[in-house]
Amino acid sequence: MIKHLLSMDQLSADDITLILDTAESLRQVTDRPIKKLPTLRGRTVCNLFYEASTRTRISFELAAKRLSADVINFSADAKSSVSKGESFKDTAWTLEAMGVDAIVVRHGSSGAPHQLSNWAKASVINAGDGAHEHPTQALLDLFSMREHFKDFSGLKVAIVGDIMHSRVARSNIKGLITMGAEVTVSGPPTLIPPQVASWGAKVSYDIEPILPGTDVCYLLRVQQERQSEQLFPSLREYAALWGLDARRMKMMPEQSLVMHPGPMNRGVEIGADVSESPRSIVLNQVANGLAVRMSLLYLMLGAPNQEAAA
Amino acid sequence: MSVYLIRGGRVVDPAAGTDRRTDVVVRDGVVSDVGDGLDAPDAEVLEAEGAVVAPGLVDLHCHLREPGREDEETIASASRAAAAGGYTSICAMPNTDPVADSAAIVEKVWAAGRAVGLVDVVPAGAISRGQQGLRLADIGEMARSAAQVRIFTDDGHGVQSSLFARRAMEYIVGFDGIYAEHCEDESLAAGGQMHEGERSAVLGLRGIPSEAEELMAARDIALARLTGCRLHLLHVSCARTVELVRRAKAEGIRVTAEATPHHFTLTDAALEGYDPNAKVQPPLRTESDRLAVIAGLADGTLDAVATDHAPHALEEKDQELTFAPPGMVGLELALGLTLTELVEPGHLDLMAALDRLSTGPARLLGLDDHGGPIEPGAPANLVVFDPAARWKVDPEAFHSKSRNTPLAGRPLRGRALHTLFKGRPTVQDGRMSDRELAAR
Repeated sequence: MIKHLLSMDQLSADDITLILDTAESLRQVTDRPIKKLPTLRGRTVCNLFYEASTRTRISFELAAKRLSADVINFSADAKSSVSKGESFKDTAWTLEAMGVDAIVVRHGSSGAPHQLSNWAKASVINAGDGAHEHPTQALLDLFSMREHFKDFSGLKVAIVGDIMHSRVARSNIKGLITMGAEVTVSGPPTLIPPQVASWGAKVSYDIEPILPGTDVCYLLRVQQERQSEQLFPSLREYAALWGLDARRMKMMPEQSLVMHPGPMNRGVEIGADVSESPRSIVLNQVANGLAVRMSLLYLMLGAPNQEAAA
Repeated sequence: MSVYLIRGGRVVDPAAGTDRRTDVVVRDGVVSDVGDGLDAPDAEVLEAEGAVVAPGLVDLHCHLREPGREDEETIASASRAAAAGGYTSICAMPNTDPVADSAAIVEKVWAAGRAVGLVDVVPAGAISRGQQGLRLADIGEMARSAAQVRIFTDDGHGVQSSLFARRAMEYIVGFDGIYAEHCEDESLAAGGQMHEGERSAVLGLRGIPSEAEELMAARDIALARLTGCRLHLLHVSCARTVELVRRAKAEGIRVTAEATPHHFTLTDAALEGYDPNAKVQPPLRTESDRLAVIAGLADGTLDAVATDHAPHALEEKDQELTFAPPGMVGLELALGLTLTELVEPGHLDLMAALDRLSTGPARLLGLDDHGGPIEPGAPANLVVFDPAARWKVDPEAFHSKSRNTPLAGRPLRGRALHTLFKGRPTVQDGRMSDRELAAR
């Protein structure tokens, strides 16, 4: 298994399948009365979060604890070293000196996990960096899709919203294409990078024509600041043109799914009725996040000769 | 009384257009004799067998960081780095702290350069007060000062207002000065970390489109046509700017331009590992831009290789890419990169390369003491370099106070053996001359 997980580029289809299969075994653990495995006993995982995050940090923390690892949470403001405060590199070295085995890092600066992997001997897991990638989100999304559709081959996924600034979109597009799915992106033209075609995804600025052929409609969170940057005129117009409301959801096939990485802006990118419909698997995504992160920690840190989980 | 015999070298002199194996005698600061089998019993011999003898290099564009950031570089340390790189004259950008926008500051920089005495330090003056782009700097007083400033720039920033740029050009033309632009439309470039394209999209880094440079270059060329002012475009990075300069020159507009070694050596691929040392402004661009810059240097559209030597403290570069300041050091690498990337692959012959490194920029700045010709009576500002020397970039060995380069470990060909400034070796046998060191 890889030493660091920085980008979905690092994972082949076989790697992804192994991670998802292992997650499936580990998920059974969470159904037991005693939800804990001894695999990572004596190992230390640090959650180094330079951006506020609730679900990702808690998910990683719980995943590590379920595998009996010791967990440290470290939250900091990302600052230039010119301003006051400890530099990113000094923090990395401090953690190194304390002997942590893995650093789960979330940072607003794209590439920060790459840089950290140059400084630290510990395994680095990217928990979201700037507008670059969020590989564990993509893995849990793939896991959630696989629960409903046995095969990725020919699966049609629409990713809707701010592709330009979305680390979730980048990781998901890479993972889905590696697994053989077909990806179409939709959203305001200002938020769709012209390079998307070279990533292997199709583009449709208009959402409605693609919905009848969509198995999974993946909605991205709209960041309020994009409006003030004049990337689209208003939240109202966004909702009118790209929001998935009940009317639009009806255009999708019956067995199709609606996904969202959270937190949701109800009434903007997703209608309140859509978010609560049975087709929405947002809460499954959260539950699956735990299993997938356990799987990753297990595969990356667990000794290979230890007995298989579950 | 100092006499040196530079023996057995290939003298390549772009100013005279000559390339021949011959000896050169330097006496009391000037070239006293050029010819075969020269004998000067009182001379110290500088061996140049297998080496090239050329006019000392002239850098149009470097950041000396003094005053203000003496922890990153000083006029003394930059002078040493320059001499080690084969330079005899360097033009100091005005974006210091305080900004070089008045006669007092440019005179201070100029005098400090003279006191160090390793190269001629030629200060550039700011166009606007504090480089704010709002009020004219003391352009006339800087031009009339002891520093005799000829080149004015807000480098680090482009002049955003077209009206202000026009006024500045109209004013500068009266002092026969040069308006030099850092071409960047800041509204398009804001927040940018690297070239905007396929790679920035994948890396999730905000891009700076080539058009941010192209637009301001086009505007300035139009304003140079309007005002008659001499225009110099700093660090040209993209193909379309090269083409704009080519057409403007054909039209007879008084425009010159330079390119940096990093823009003809590297592309945005250097950012793939998020190395903050590869972050520069303007950014490293695509392979086709790199080739267009090389073609521009080859056909003379671009007049000079200029380093944009931009030292930064380790702690400033050793942080998240998005926080790190742009820039890389260049004074000690420019000759090796030019020989390795331009001459060895056959893009430029040695004569053209030395023209862009020395004669071209010397003429552009009106530096009569630099850039050749190498003939009796001429000031002895010379470099002797071994074009075949193989070495690897080792930032620990830099004379600069800063080490920020993404090129560490890169194999290069060609290195300065001797640098003579006003007839005395500042570098001898590849080392800073002991005499000069003792004088420090």
